[in-house]
Amino acid sequence: MTNATTMNPSGRPRGIAPAPWKDTAFEWLTRAFALVVFSLLAAIVISLVLGSQLTLEKYGFAFIWSADWDPVQGNFGALVPIYGTVATSLIAMLIGVPVSFGIALFLTELSPAWLKRPLGTAIELLAGIPSIIYGMWGLFVFVPIFQSYLQPWIIDGLSGVPLAGALFEGPPIGIGMFTAGLILSIMVIPFITAVMRDVFELVPPMLKESAYGLGATTWEVVWQVVLPYTRVGVIGGIMLGLGRALGETMAVTFVIGNAHRLAVSLMAPGNSIASALANEFTEAVGDLYFSALIELGLILFLITTVVLALSKLLLMRMARAEGTRT
Amino acid sequence: MGFPAAAIAVDITGAGATFPYPIYAKWAAAYRNSTGAGMNYQSIGSGGGIKQITARTVDFGASDAPLNAEQLDKVGLVQFPAIMGGVVPVYNLKGVRSGEIKLTGALLADIHLGKVKRWNDAALAKINPGVRLPDRAITVVHRSDGSGTSFLYTNYLSKVSAEWKSAVGEGTAVRWPTGVGGKGNEGVANYVSRIDGAIGYVEYAYAKQNKLSYALLQNRDGQMTMPNDQSFKEAGAKADWAKTPGMGVILTDQPGQKSWPITGASFILMHKVQAKPENGREVLKFFDWAFRNGGAMADELDYVPMPDPVVKLIRSAWTAQIKDSSGKAIY
Amino acid sequence: MSVASPTNPLYRSRRRFNLVLLAASAATLAFGLFWLAWILGTLLLEGGGALVRATLYYQMTPPPGADGGLANAIVGSLIMVTVGTLAGTPVGILAGTYLAEYGRGSWFANATRFLNDVLLSAPSIVIGLFVYSVYVAKVKHFSGLAGSFALALLVIPVVVRTTDDMLKLVPGSLREAAAALGCPTWKMVVSVTYRAARTGILTGILLAVARISGETAPLLFTALNNQFWSTALDRPMANLPVVIFQFAMSPYEDWQRLAWGGAALITLAVLALNIVARSLFRKSA
Repeated sequence: MTNATTMNPSGRPRGIAPAPWKDTAFEWLTRAFALVVFSLLAAIVISLVLGSQLTLEKYGFAFIWSADWDPVQGNFGALVPIYGTVATSLIAMLIGVPVSFGIALFLTELSPAWLKRPLGTAIELLAGIPSIIYGMWGLFVFVPIFQSYLQPWIIDGLSGVPLAGALFEGPPIGIGMFTAGLILSIMVIPFITAVMRDVFELVPPMLKESAYGLGATTWEVVWQVVLPYTRVGVIGGIMLGLGRALGETMAVTFVIGNAHRLAVSLMAPGNSIASALANEFTEAVGDLYFSALIELGLILFLITTVVLALSKLLLMRMARAEGTRT
Repeated sequence: MGFPAAAIAVDITGAGATFPYPIYAKWAAAYRNSTGAGMNYQSIGSGGGIKQITARTVDFGASDAPLNAEQLDKVGLVQFPAIMGGVVPVYNLKGVRSGEIKLTGALLADIHLGKVKRWNDAALAKINPGVRLPDRAITVVHRSDGSGTSFLYTNYLSKVSAEWKSAVGEGTAVRWPTGVGGKGNEGVANYVSRIDGAIGYVEYAYAKQNKLSYALLQNRDGQMTMPNDQSFKEAGAKADWAKTPGMGVILTDQPGQKSWPITGASFILMHKVQAKPENGREVLKFFDWAFRNGGAMADELDYVPMPDPVVKLIRSAWTAQIKDSSGKAIY
Repeated sequence: MSVASPTNPLYRSRRRFNLVLLAASAATLAFGLFWLAWILGTLLLEGGGALVRATLYYQMTPPPGADGGLANAIVGSLIMVTVGTLAGTPVGILAGTYLAEYGRGSWFANATRFLNDVLLSAPSIVIGLFVYSVYVAKVKHFSGLAGSFALALLVIPVVVRTTDDMLKLVPGSLREAAAALGCPTWKMVVSVTYRAARTGILTGILLAVARISGETAPLLFTALNNQFWSTALDRPMANLPVVIFQFAMSPYEDWQRLAWGGAALITLAVLALNIVARSLFRKSA
């Protein structure tokens, strides 16, 4: 900007001639690229819809609740992959959210200052590990140990219990929906923790000190002051983790067991939409098979979009209730 | 583009079956060492091979499930066998060694149907006297991807079990009544080696490499046979390659005292009319070289190379059927 | 009189509850660190041996049962990541600029922002499907270009998001000062706001690169893979993630060792990128 300060005789800053066309051109340039991003998404949805024409016509909505997957006879249904996707993501959330909350709590309230940055970076490293490594580690290192030691203990321990027992029965094979959910939870922890930690640190110290001043314990401050103040961001972080869990492919493909069957027990193998696609896409012979797989991709895309839309709606509603601008 | 075809060695791409992948990759490496030309083979499953050659995204496809005349004509493909091998049932049972378990085809089908659920089931104990079968659940491992190995296996099960044939049938991807799915021969081998009480099926080379225990199977003549290249060769001995359209002979459940019941050939698919004749020529050059020089490598990995009379048949099929767009034979 | 006295039973129970939960919080931290240590430890243990052997870096991927390296996969990955980043970054930066500078409040900008977030969370396998249907199936061959295209589609939403956020963080006073000096909008954006936000934008690009370096699913249907040296973008290109996937699931020990080596390589590269990005960002923030 230094040349702006030298003036030429007419009193106008030198080097900055008025050129309104440049402004318009730049604005249109950026608008064009924004349009590219906009249309990319439309293009993806359209190509997915076009690709799944055959099964859309043949089954309509019944595709979603049919548990059939018979490539020989040509009958397909999305229930098993949808169930697997939802079940593994739910397990990932049930384990991941409390753990992330605990870690964020530790990092913001309990940790000594010199430890905060290294611990925070360490947890973020989990996010940087590529998902195929989670899959490899999961199958080659975690599953054998899980199968030999932990799984029989869980299955035997819960065998009599009415509801939980049914969820955890079956032979200990190591792989299955529970293992996939557990590994997913490790993958989403860094995302949720990062968001939670960032919003926890935004809480005005005054609020916390007032609570301490009234004699609250650390936990009470967190639960009754910090969390309500930051719930908008916390929900956003949870949704971020959920979106990641829903779409995760490689880690799940290695350990979910790839069985197109509906089972109550979480120890049983299953299938998620992403793992079904990864396994079967390059080999689907037959237009109907191909169309069924593309429709699975479309369904997954719609699920992640709905989750994201819900989280945004939630954020808007909460912000409006609090009177703050989003 | 105007470049003379001989001046640049064209790199060719093939994709398909995982069954022959070890031998194709070995041949490709040796071929490159001796001629400098590259043959890039990606094992994505037989279904993938068929799909990609149909879409013309690769120069040749590989499938263990032969296409019938109708399917070949629909896309305009030529099919020829490149190598033979066997599919073996493998298991992982603590305390039981390889080759100790004997099975009949019907029993194998029942296991896969989920009717026989535990290793100490009466049916298993009856034909395995003297083997200490533990009381453990049988975990079936099958293929999760579209596979010619699956085709051979389910074809065999359909031949030996009427119930299997009507309930499930045969195909590169079927609706498995029970079990977990592994991706590729490698995936199945992986799962079987990790799960105690697992039973699955893999191409023989994978069983050997992974040191998996394999079972003996009763063949059509009633003999309990061991899988090895001798028994695979026996199965292929009486096959009629010339008469079957597309040379698509299926070698399961063949007669012969020593023949292995789940043997199969792996096929190569190419277009009748080559859009890129130089690439087509390179593919045929590669397989010609492999037929002439690849026998020892095949034996090393326990595959069975195609016998000479069949190779002669194959070469004449190349000249007769694979042409460029002007109708001239390319090889 | 004092409520907060150790003799008050209610207070004691609240304190106990507090201690229990704080201990639980420390336990969760230990839980997280445990997995990190285990995974990284496994990687180094299994892959470390392959990583320090020089052959990894100059020999090609071998056929089964032979020894070799990952040279073609490493080069192929580098090429596709570079092309994908070079293609996606300008699109992302310019689109993000529109959202931050010109589009405040317009329905188009808000819709684009929302759609961008959807794209950001879209499973990468769906992106691979998309590129296969519109590009690979049409030109009838797998190629490094298709792979780069898929990677670029993954880079764009990350860069858009970070550019949008970073530009919005530039204080309005900077913009007003530039306008007061008679600076045209475009030049203000380029010379003032970009410069002010450059570290943040760079961080976004590094994070995008880190993300695509480890992606397998989109490359499965686009670049396929190549057993040999391939630098031509119009042919199947070897790449680390797919090679690792293939080798890891194989029964050959040589291949498994290479798979772990490749896995360790990618992880260390991605982690290094992440650390650089974050320390850059902290320096500016």
